[in-house]
Amino acid sequence: MAAHLPSRSVYRNTAIVLFVLLVATMVVSAVRLGVFAPVVALGIALAKAILVALVFMHLNRASRLARLFAIAGLFWFVILLALTLADYMTRSPSAS
Amino acid sequence: MTTAGTLALPKPSYLAAGWSLRSWFLTLDHKRIAILYLASITAFFFVGGAAAVLMRLELATPESDLVTSGVYNRLFTIHGTIMVWFFLIPSIPAVLGNFLVPLMIGARDLAFPRLNLLSWYLFMLGGLLAVGAIIAGGVDTGWTFYTPYSTTYANSAVIPMAAGIFISGFSSILTGMNFIVTVHTMRAPGMTWFRLPLFIWSTYATSLIFVLATPVLAITLVLIGVERVWGVGIFDPSLGGDPVLFQHLFWFYSHPAVYIMVLPAMGVVSEIVPCFASNRIFGYRFIAFSSVAIAVLGFLVWGHHMFVAGLSLHASLVFALLSFLVAIPSAVKVFNWMVTLRNGTIRYRTPMLYALGFIGLFTIGGLTGLYLASLAVDLHVHDTYFVIAHFHYIMVGGAVMAYLGGIHFWWPKVTGRTYSEPWGIFSAILLFFGFNLTFFPQFVLGYLGMVRRVAEYPPEFQVLNVLSSAGASILGLAYLVPLVYLTRSLIRPPSVGSNPWNATGLEWGTPSPPTAHNFDEPPVVTGPPYEYENPQAVASQEAQNG
Amino acid sequence: MAEAPLAHQFDDIVQQREAAGLGMWTFLATEVLFFGGLFTAYTVYRMSYPDAFREACHHLYMWLGAVNTAVLLTSSWTMALAVRAIATTDRRSGISSLLWTAALGTLFLLIKGVEYYLDLREQLVPGAGFRTAWSVDPSHAQMYFVLYFIMTGLHAVHMLVGVGAVLVMAFLVWRDSQVTRRANAVEMTGLYWHFVDIVWIFLFPLLYLVA
Repeated sequence: MAAHLPSRSVYRNTAIVLFVLLVATMVVSAVRLGVFAPVVALGIALAKAILVALVFMHLNRASRLARLFAIAGLFWFVILLALTLADYMTRSPSAS
Repeated sequence: MTTAGTLALPKPSYLAAGWSLRSWFLTLDHKRIAILYLASITAFFFVGGAAAVLMRLELATPESDLVTSGVYNRLFTIHGTIMVWFFLIPSIPAVLGNFLVPLMIGARDLAFPRLNLLSWYLFMLGGLLAVGAIIAGGVDTGWTFYTPYSTTYANSAVIPMAAGIFISGFSSILTGMNFIVTVHTMRAPGMTWFRLPLFIWSTYATSLIFVLATPVLAITLVLIGVERVWGVGIFDPSLGGDPVLFQHLFWFYSHPAVYIMVLPAMGVVSEIVPCFASNRIFGYRFIAFSSVAIAVLGFLVWGHHMFVAGLSLHASLVFALLSFLVAIPSAVKVFNWMVTLRNGTIRYRTPMLYALGFIGLFTIGGLTGLYLASLAVDLHVHDTYFVIAHFHYIMVGGAVMAYLGGIHFWWPKVTGRTYSEPWGIFSAILLFFGFNLTFFPQFVLGYLGMVRRVAEYPPEFQVLNVLSSAGASILGLAYLVPLVYLTRSLIRPPSVGSNPWNATGLEWGTPSPPTAHNFDEPPVVTGPPYEYENPQAVASQEAQNG
Repeated sequence: MAEAPLAHQFDDIVQQREAAGLGMWTFLATEVLFFGGLFTAYTVYRMSYPDAFREACHHLYMWLGAVNTAVLLTSSWTMALAVRAIATTDRRSGISSLLWTAALGTLFLLIKGVEYYLDLREQLVPGAGFRTAWSVDPSHAQMYFVLYFIMTGLHAVHMLVGVGAVLVMAFLVWRDSQVTRRANAVEMTGLYWHFVDIVWIFLFPLLYLVA
């Protein structure tokens, strides 16, 4: 069973990359990116999340089914967000 | 079976494997848990039904003379919340699903028996809170809890009711988790996905909805509670909140919830029809895929409940189009059942009568859904009795009939006893008649403009209301009669063989009732399901050969 | 290597482990949707009141949030090490990593508590005493804080449960003469822990880095 697990150095390297990404998040927030700021910040967050999922949660080595379940949860949240925003972003400005 | 020379005592059935209260209330046997659910949801059905009786009595006259409007508001809220969350949603999955899923796939139990028992206790805890809310005076917000009325202005027991629904939601989630993992990992050797009974496909699709939709309801109920207790405005316009956001979150769950209620019913019908038509089901894969399609597409249409709430026109068009699409897989199923019947030799037994009733009434309900999905028509009939008739045709004419059909079909397997067939046929016909008399007039009422959730109405609507109330009394009777003869059937000891209906499926290979562990050894599946030999087909084949 | 006892409904240990894993991933999917409702509400209101959210965010202690993020990332690292240690029969390292994980989780909660205390002192808790000195509509600024407290509060509840679970695992591993029997259970606990970390990974930029 342990043969399937990553080595300690893989975990350590992943942790280092995660910290680098955290620093990047802070640096990016100090730079004035305007409307792109949340996009970049969330993009970095997504990168962190993917690393945690693939390496720490062993999704890299998990069954196709487990990966499907993980993606399904995320996908369904996207459905909730997207169709809700489809309403909010297409409302005409109020008369007041 | 036994080695030569030794005597093997037959194992006791799961019913006889322990008589103490402990053996029932701490059971890990999925079959006993199914029985626990059967008892509880039946009780809740009559609570919700009592509210309906009072409502229909009130509605026999145009004035609110039996109850005040305030009390009437509590009645329809109780009716909706109890019937939706404490009867319909658990009914087929938690009773028939819990009992049959392991048997149908050849397993000894579900993947997580302790979580299964926990799900029943959570259901009961939630139900207790809901009943407590009723005793504390009830809730008057409607089962939909629209804000800001439910969060700011309602003076009723919103929090206990919301808490009860919240807790029972976790019961649903655990059940869904259990079914999904069980079907993926515990199928018997040879039981490939396309050899699964269609009831399993439906239950699996339902479980996807349980797991993905219910958490959003849970967080929405938390937000109602926070807003109500804390006095902050998440959905309150006077505090910068948006009531439509509540509706988005609420309906994201509550629309798929209606598929939780109908998909298992379709699964039951897919089991009953081939058996009592002695015919292989037509288009197995289409029916299987349509179950998953309904589950997935059902998540994309929730906005059709909000066409008049302030949704943008763009979003309304998108939701309307998607709502039309979701009707297609349901229609596929109806066509396939019809073909199976057409080419079969039909036995008009009680389960089949309920299944036939389902097909007809669900079709009417489903078609009227298309009316509602059309923006222009919905503007006219939204919040009228047209909507009420639509969803009762599906939930009562459809889901409840299928539930009763399933109860009758598997009654011999679950209890080892047979019920009185003449009474069964009588009840099914009585129900069909009473149901239509109750709800068909409501389509007309809604189209003529009678709004829903009112105790008073214009006098010109009285005739149709009286017809509806008369129908309701017949409907009520049709529910009481099975309660009596099914209970009576339990007086005699078990006497039924393994397969009284000559049905296919692994559950029919076990004793009636099954032993605690279902199978001594895992059965091996070697062929497709529904291998029925249609006498009509056999006869015509023989005529051709001879 | 010793395995966990086989439950009667399963045919073999591989099936049992597969079922446990799928069950945990299904549960995590439900958690995504549970938090997802809040993320949706947050997105809607942030798009509706961008200025109010920006001004409100200034009152948060960004550096405390950043430190907390670092604390959680480290705790995920120690949790992963714990899972590995127990699967490779390294009892001492396994228990110590589990305890480190619990300690870091507790540190997170303490820092969060400090933040909440500071917010309370600055009248940032929604309700009757909410501060009124805003250049934007106070109710819009309050909306930000309502979501902030609910989202971080719900996350904190999940952290508390996680710390409890990790401590229970540490105890069970310590008590078991054959630690590999607990390997799968610890791995499942790890999945939960990492998920809660991932939620924070998204909460931090959304809530603390609006400006």
